[in-house]
Amino acid sequence: MTTRNVGQPFVRRDGRAKVTGEARYSYEVAVPDAVYGVLVTSGIAKGRIVEIDTSAAEREAGVLAVISHKNALRLPGEPHLEGPDRVVQALQDDRIRYSNQPIAVAVADTFERAVHAAMLVRVNAEVAAHTVRVEDELHNAFPHKIMAGGKLQEPDESHGDVAAGLVAGAARVEEAYETPFETHNPLEPHATVASWSGDRLTVYDASQWVFAVKKKLAKGFGIPPENVRVVTKFVGGAFGCKGSAWSHVVIAALAAKQVARPVKLALSRHQMFGPVGGRPRTRQKVAVAAQRDGKLTAIRHETVSPTSRFDVFVEASALQARHLYASPNIESRHRIVRLDIGTPTFMRAPGESSGSFALESAMDELAHRLEMDPLALRLASYAEKDPADGKPFSSKSLRACYQEGARRFGWEKRPRTPRSQTRSGQFVGMGMATAMYPANFAPAQALARMLPDGSAQVESGTIDLGTGAYTVFAQIAADELGLPFEKVRFDLGDSDMPEAPIAAGSMTAASVGSAVLVASRALRDRLIRTAIVDSASPLHGLAPIEIRAEDGRLVATSGKSDSYVELIRRAGGKPIEERGKTAPGDEREKFSMHGFGAHFAEVLVDPDLGTVHVSRMVGVFATGRILNARTARSQFLGGMVWGIGMALHEHSVFDEKLGRIMTRDLSDYHVAVNADVGSIEPLFLEEEDAHVDPAGVKGAGELGLCGAAAAIANAVFNATGKRIRELPITPDKLL
Amino acid sequence: MDLVPLTTPSREKLRLAFTVNGEPRDLVVESYKTLLEVLREDLGLTGTKHGCELGECGACAVILDGELVLSCLVAAVECPGRSATTVEGLRQGPELHPLQQCFADHGAAQCGYCTPGMLVAAKWLLDRNPRATRGEIAEALSGQICRCTGYLQIFDAVEAAGRTLRGEPAPAPLLPSVHRGSTNGR
Ligand code: FES
Ligand code: FES
Repeated sequence: MTTRNVGQPFVRRDGRAKVTGEARYSYEVAVPDAVYGVLVTSGIAKGRIVEIDTSAAEREAGVLAVISHKNALRLPGEPHLEGPDRVVQALQDDRIRYSNQPIAVAVADTFERAVHAAMLVRVNAEVAAHTVRVEDELHNAFPHKIMAGGKLQEPDESHGDVAAGLVAGAARVEEAYETPFETHNPLEPHATVASWSGDRLTVYDASQWVFAVKKKLAKGFGIPPENVRVVTKFVGGAFGCKGSAWSHVVIAALAAKQVARPVKLALSRHQMFGPVGGRPRTRQKVAVAAQRDGKLTAIRHETVSPTSRFDVFVEASALQARHLYASPNIESRHRIVRLDIGTPTFMRAPGESSGSFALESAMDELAHRLEMDPLALRLASYAEKDPADGKPFSSKSLRACYQEGARRFGWEKRPRTPRSQTRSGQFVGMGMATAMYPANFAPAQALARMLPDGSAQVESGTIDLGTGAYTVFAQIAADELGLPFEKVRFDLGDSDMPEAPIAAGSMTAASVGSAVLVASRALRDRLIRTAIVDSASPLHGLAPIEIRAEDGRLVATSGKSDSYVELIRRAGGKPIEERGKTAPGDEREKFSMHGFGAHFAEVLVDPDLGTVHVSRMVGVFATGRILNARTARSQFLGGMVWGIGMALHEHSVFDEKLGRIMTRDLSDYHVAVNADVGSIEPLFLEEEDAHVDPAGVKGAGELGLCGAAAAIANAVFNATGKRIRELPITPDKLL
Repeated sequence: MDLVPLTTPSREKLRLAFTVNGEPRDLVVESYKTLLEVLREDLGLTGTKHGCELGECGACAVILDGELVLSCLVAAVECPGRSATTVEGLRQGPELHPLQQCFADHGAAQCGYCTPGMLVAAKWLLDRNPRATRGEIAEALSGQICRCTGYLQIFDAVEAAGRTLRGEPAPAPLLPSVHRGSTNGR
């Protein structure tokens, strides 16, 4: 394909709408006659509602209804779907399964009245003993298949003899690592606007996947899927929590049906902690051993993470150990325990981010024990083929990432001994870590339409989470159709459009991008055929192979050409469209497909206060084709800053007695703020990967976070000589 | 201010005459509303965002009589006679304000949900201090959380807008270096 548009750093298409305030997020869509729903959530973690008194709330002016399990419409179906979907609590029974579970919804004519009514609801509950501590359930830990990258993977895998490998090494590290509960906290809270017309339902939802919302609601309400339309034009961040329709989405639709008015329902910031997932805590054990020369003799990575009592989510922290380093003996093991919590879910780089903290910390410890440069240790066990199954990588430029990163960062200036360098009274440390994330790809469809004015309209029901989907897919289509970027409009976010997979797992660019490419190519070929059979076309009778698309025209090798405008006019003046779809093929079986990268971090640690400041980060990433360096940079920069948050701040702290998260707002749940950010430089080594997917991309959303927290933790060790194996690295742990 | 009693005395309505983005507005709203809800729900000015309603995220920032305030913490009853500027009021006609243009060009809006608050806070800063340094920009935006961008694009955009407003040439947006060509396996 000609690449005049792909690879250009075009400015985000939706930028103007976002800077003017015109972009309407789900809650902001103007729906006439809408009323407001506010959830009542449980204060206890486990039990049964004995009595729920809504009378005071119902007496208030403007209150239309207070709906609890007592008077909620019985859903004809169970809304739960196969695949990465979460079980919901939609006011169907008296059970309380976790703290902050929705137990009622107040509906009123203004938002404030609904809030007030929700506060007047009195609940009398029978409290049961709960468990929210992983330690208390370890004896019941069990393996479960892992849903990752759109397929089910085995919880345990091993090859070789790890026990023998561990003793065969010249040095060995066996340590336990921990990562805490985290909460996604996109800046836009979850929000749903539901509106019925007879048995047809229209929903504006802050969602990463309109098709799953549609199917789930259709299933729950017992109506045909085609009766449900879900629209998501703008999402104010998601990071995984908007990947499945949680309880409030079903409740919004239920309330709208019961009050026979459209209902707008947003979660409060408090309600973001518990009922809409989060990254589960992990307790990991890593054992690695290596010969003097750094060649790994064994890797063992085990992890335990909690899920809820009623649903399964496995934080797949040990998956990357299977594919990352060459070693004759590798073992990985996942266990989960059930707790009385809301179901955790995918959170940006699920598994890879938490797991890389443990594995890459252990590698750093091993390098220290071997008195070896941590980068040299990684190079000594560089995997030329996938250690899990011996498959070749579809592309892998990790070595170049290490080299380029080390050069840019000035890795050779790393203090050899920990706690040996200071700068204006602060300890200076440098650390590095490897980044790896699978190149996921899922079936996707798109439609491309040539309009009589010679511009194209392309669409697919995917979502732009701020990733750049509106922009990059127009770039891909423009190249295939031989149009300038400005002449292609790409639209998304509507379940009436061709079906797209969940906008998650860093697979949107690959999946939807490929579908857009295929649809646009099909449209171009159709236009070429139309010209060839048209006796009035200058291209009449030529062979398709002689014709290419360029500047809004079909051009023959001879120089003869026909414009899209003329072509369509002669063909009757109606738009011409084609659909395209893609799905993973055999290549997926033949190759191992991952994006790779290397992080380098410099930290300053205050010896008196124990505070850590990440002064510098360099990340070099090889993730296939870079469609748009401007939007890709933003993804990686954001990912790396998430690494700072993960390393130093983020922690959903549970009160174990009450069974609830105590850090339930943004002043207690700390995300990285602007003062945390020093110099951060992401850069790319672009790869030509002919196997990974038709668009040649491996994904950008998550790789930047993988390994980032480990690089920072390793830098903290280099600065202070203290190895912190439990995130976040807060001052108390360093003093 | 005129209070118009409803049937129940505790459910008073408020006559709110104030200026929004230079336009006089005169409406009757429930007296318990916040400025944020009045802007979003009564005036349909949804550019101002609702991120936490706790004064923690900065998404709801507006300028009220020259002061930067969090509209989720301002009661509508405090507003009669005052003048508010929201993100919708930044531009004059179809022309974007230099801040808006620079945010768009620098990719400072990713998901875009923090963007209106960032823009308003940055405008408040540049109005008072057109020569704001990077440190002063960071300080002025310290109440604004962004969960997507990593902040650097935002600093760059505000710096560039400052230059444009001062009539100085602004540097082009920063792009990462992309080493092209196959590096497969090497
Ligand atoms: S909504 Fe006002 S500060 Fe968050
Ligand atoms: S761009 Fe998403 S929160 Fe800032």
